[in-house]
Order: sequence, then C-alpha cells, then structure tokens
Amino acid sequence: MNLSVNFCGINFPNPTVVASGYLGVTGASLANCIKHGSGGVTGKTLFMDERPGHPNPTILTFPGGIINAVGLSGEGIKNAKHEFDKYRELAPENPVIGSVAGKNIDELVEVARIMEEYPVDMLELNFSCPNVDDEMGRPIACDPQMTANATRAVRKVVKKPISVKVSPNVPNIGLIAQQAEAEGADAITAVNTMGPGMLIDIKMRRPTLSNKVGGVSGQALKPIAIRCVYDIYKAVKIPIIATGGIINGRDAIEMLMAGGSLLGIGSAIVAHDLKCFDMITDKIREFMQEEGFSDISELVGLAHKS
Amino acid sequence: MSSHLVFNVTAIRQDSPNLKTYVFEHNLRAKSGQFVMVWMPGVDEVPMSIGWQTDTEFHIGIANAGDCTNAISEQIKVGDRLGIRGPFGTSFDYADYDHIIGVGGGYGTPPMLNLAQRATELGKEVTMIQGARSKDYLLYEDLFAKLGVEIKLATDDGSEGHKGYCTDILAEELKNLDKSKKTCIYTCGPEGMMVKVAQMAEEAGIDCQVSLERYMKCGFGICGQCCMDDTGIRICKDGPVITGKYALEHTEFGKYSRGQSGIVVK
Repeated sequence: MNLSVNFCGINFPNPTVVASGYLGVTGASLANCIKHGSGGVTGKTLFMDERPGHPNPTILTFPGGIINAVGLSGEGIKNAKHEFDKYRELAPENPVIGSVAGKNIDELVEVARIMEEYPVDMLELNFSCPNVDDEMGRPIACDPQMTANATRAVRKVVKKPISVKVSPNVPNIGLIAQQAEAEGADAITAVNTMGPGMLIDIKMRRPTLSNKVGGVSGQALKPIAIRCVYDIYKAVKIPIIATGGIINGRDAIEMLMAGGSLLGIGSAIVAHDLKCFDMITDKIREFMQEEGFSDISELVGLAHKS
Repeated sequence: MSSHLVFNVTAIRQDSPNLKTYVFEHNLRAKSGQFVMVWMPGVDEVPMSIGWQTDTEFHIGIANAGDCTNAISEQIKVGDRLGIRGPFGTSFDYADYDHIIGVGGGYGTPPMLNLAQRATELGKEVTMIQGARSKDYLLYEDLFAKLGVEIKLATDDGSEGHKGYCTDILAEELKNLDKSKKTCIYTCGPEGMMVKVAQMAEEAGIDCQVSLERYMKCGFGICGQCCMDDTGIRICKDGPVITGKYALEHTEFGKYSRGQSGIVVK
C-alpha cells in the first residue's frame, strides 16, 4: 500500500504536511514534527524584515475552532537561514516548504528570491493573510488580477516549485486558482483562515484578541475548506495542498476526496497533539485497506467521480 | 482549553521592591510547576508561574520585567480584573522522592513555594535554597515559615544569609546528603543558575528538574514560539518542567532564547 505522494516532483513519505503558522518558528520545532510522523513541513511565513506581530492574546480556541491574530511575526528572511539549515540537519529526508510574503509585490519577489537560495524544496506564497494587503486593504488573494500579477512576478525569479496559498473569503475561489495556474504556479494551497472573526470576553467587556479580529480555522472552517478544495480541483490541473480544519483521519480522507494531494495539518495538533500525524496516516491506511485502495492517489478527487 | 477565567484581584502583596504577588480566590487545581497566561487587557498576556495555592486561592508573583508586567504593577489594584488561561504545561515530579531540595533564584521562587506546599503535605523532607540580590528581594519567608520548611538564604551583597550564590549553598548540601534518602533537586530562576544547578546534580548523580521560561503565545503547544534547540520541544507543553539531564542536552540552554518575532536573543 502506498501512502507516499510525489508532489511537484518532490517525494513526501506520507500526505501530512505541517501547515504554515503551526510550530514553524524554528527549524528544530519543524524537525520535531517529522520525528512525530509528519511527511513534510511548512515554515512560518517570512517577510523581508523582522516583525514582532501583535501582542497577546494572539491565539485562542473556542468550541469548534481556533481564532488567531498572530500578525505574521517572524525573524525576517535574512535572519532565518539558520532555521532551515537546522531543519535540514535534523530532518534530511523530509521536504520543507518555505512560506513567503511581502508588504508589496516588490518585497514579495525579493523575499522569494532569497528563500529560493535556502535549503527548501518548494515555496508557498502567502497571498491570503489579512496582513498582506493591496492598496484597498484586501489580501492579494481576494483579487484575481493581483493574484495573477504577484504569481507572475515571483515565477520570473523562482525556479523551485511554487504553491499559491488562497483565501476562502472570495466569491469564486476557482477563478483565483486559475489565475495562479495561468501565471505558472505549480500548486495551490487551500485554504487560509476565514473571516475575520471576533470573540468577546464578557467579563472584560472587550474583544479577547489584542488585534480584536482574527482568522478563523479549525472545525468551523472545515466544511468551507472542503468546498474550496472541491471547487479548485474542478478549476485547475495543478495539485492542491488541502488545509483547513482537518482534525482526524476521517477529515483527511474527505480532503483527499475533495481533491487535495497533500494535507496541511494544524487543527489536528490542537485536537490530538503531535501524535495526530500518525493517527491520520494510520486511519488513511486502514481506510484504504478496508475499501480496497492500493495507492493514495486513487483517493484524490474521488468525490468528483460520483 | 483557552478561554480566559477572569478574576478580581482580592489582595496584593508587595513582596520585594520589584515584585508584587496577586491573590485570586479560586481553586485553580494547578499541578506544582505549571504556569498560567496572565492577560492584562489592552497591553499583553504573559506566562507566569503559580506560587502559593490552596483549595480556595492561588497567588501569582509578578516581577517588573517588561511592558506587560510593568503595566500590571502600575495599574492593577485590589478589585481590578485580570484574565487567566491555563494551567498549562508539565509539572514537578516529586511523589517518588524522600528529600526535596529547591533552588530558587529571584522570581523563580514562586513555583518553589508551591512545590514546598505539596511536598510538605506529603510529609517529605524539604530544603529550600533561595538567592536574591539583597535582603529586600528575598521572597515569601512568612509562607515558607508557615510550612515549617527549612530555608537557606543567599544574597549577592550578604545583607542576609550567605554572601554569594545559592549554588554555593547547594554545594554544601550535596556534601552532607543522606545517601539513604531518594533526593531530587528542583530549580527555577535565572537560566545561568539553572545550568549550574543541573550540572552540579549531574556530577553528584542526583536527579534534577528545572522549570524553564521562553517567550510564549498560544500556551498549549501549537504556535512554536517557545521551542528549544535542538530537540524542538515546546516549553509551554513539553515543559516548563523538564529534567536537568534533558535540559543540558539542549544547545540553547543557558545560551540563548527567542524573542517575540522568533529572532534569536543571546
């Protein structure tokens, strides 16, 4: 039975990939996820410069999901090479995806150019975090033309595979994915958080997140993420890293059937801690056995065939 | 897991020139060595260890160490509200030891007080060593006395107790240990001190547990902000308490940590 995934020419020993923003501040932390069974990892999004992010509280759970407004904190791309070197030293066999963003397209291109020189297998373009705005204050990923422009600009300078991370907060996510594909993206990562949302502490009588609003993920996002992956699978030929609210093997199989080839894992860490990677791959293996599948690729997009 | 409990502060003790202890009436049920995230609305939320704890109250000792702790010190009065998330993380393992030796430096003392409470309840022999810059900075002598715990003091200026480090006192203790008793050394405080304590324990062949601190965001093991090199363990979830032996395997222990952005700070 084969659970390994050849994704854009990169071999992932199993379909689970730590999603960007989870346990991705340090290379050693990402390598620790590999030790616990993750197939690959994605680093935390990096900009050109060091960013402190928002003050706490930045990450909260609620029944049914997670809300965060970390504010894209990061060391800055120039300070972060040692983290990728450390990851490579500790986890030489497992792919790592470098997530990049910029305050504008010029910065994004420059950060991507530097990331390409680092020991990463692939780049993920974070167009969909609410902090990566166009002049209207919208994420790039909310505008098909901006997505096309940004993808084209990065494609010009980056030879490694690139995946464009898209936002669920759009009326036609398939169209956005098509724009990325048309401009040379090798893959789509779907989806980022939805919202923004808000939680209010009733005794403090104020929003709980210091930033007041934040991206919503977890189980609350899952049905939307599955629909987005489904729509994107229909719209493009390039493969998908499906992410958004996967907390167990069953969710993972749903995502594969919607059209994901790899699975971005985050919520499952909240629900089951680091054993979630093995739980998910074990469940997929068990399901394949029971249902008579021999290669995980047979599950990808299966829900479109009926 | 992560919504806040909001409490009115029922009392505030000025325990040293730069540390106040905030008293909350609530049965937190924290294990000794665990921590909470303390939310000062509009400012920040920071990890804090738990000090004195009974079925009806718990204490958080907060030293002025940055924007958030300074704001709490300046603005929070008795009756004001603070948010608490937790308790989180691993705890001191003391059930299997006969003799508990605590080494607390500065604001590492609150979890040592909590440990002393739990250990004395179980009738264990407890020796507490506390270091501070001077007499005025020594903490909780009244509460340790209430427990009947033997406490040995060290101050940098010699204004009370031994003039020097608490590790000097620990060295003496180790010379005179009763080998028939199963002993463990517990430490919380400046990381350089904890490195020394863990090394001394290693050399003496005695078990040791250290309580570590790193910049934290989520508090429950998902954001990766508090991970230590090279194992990548999360201090909020796999810590804050780990064995001294394991701590010493970490290349960053006593050498560096990461700040709010994730950048390495030496």
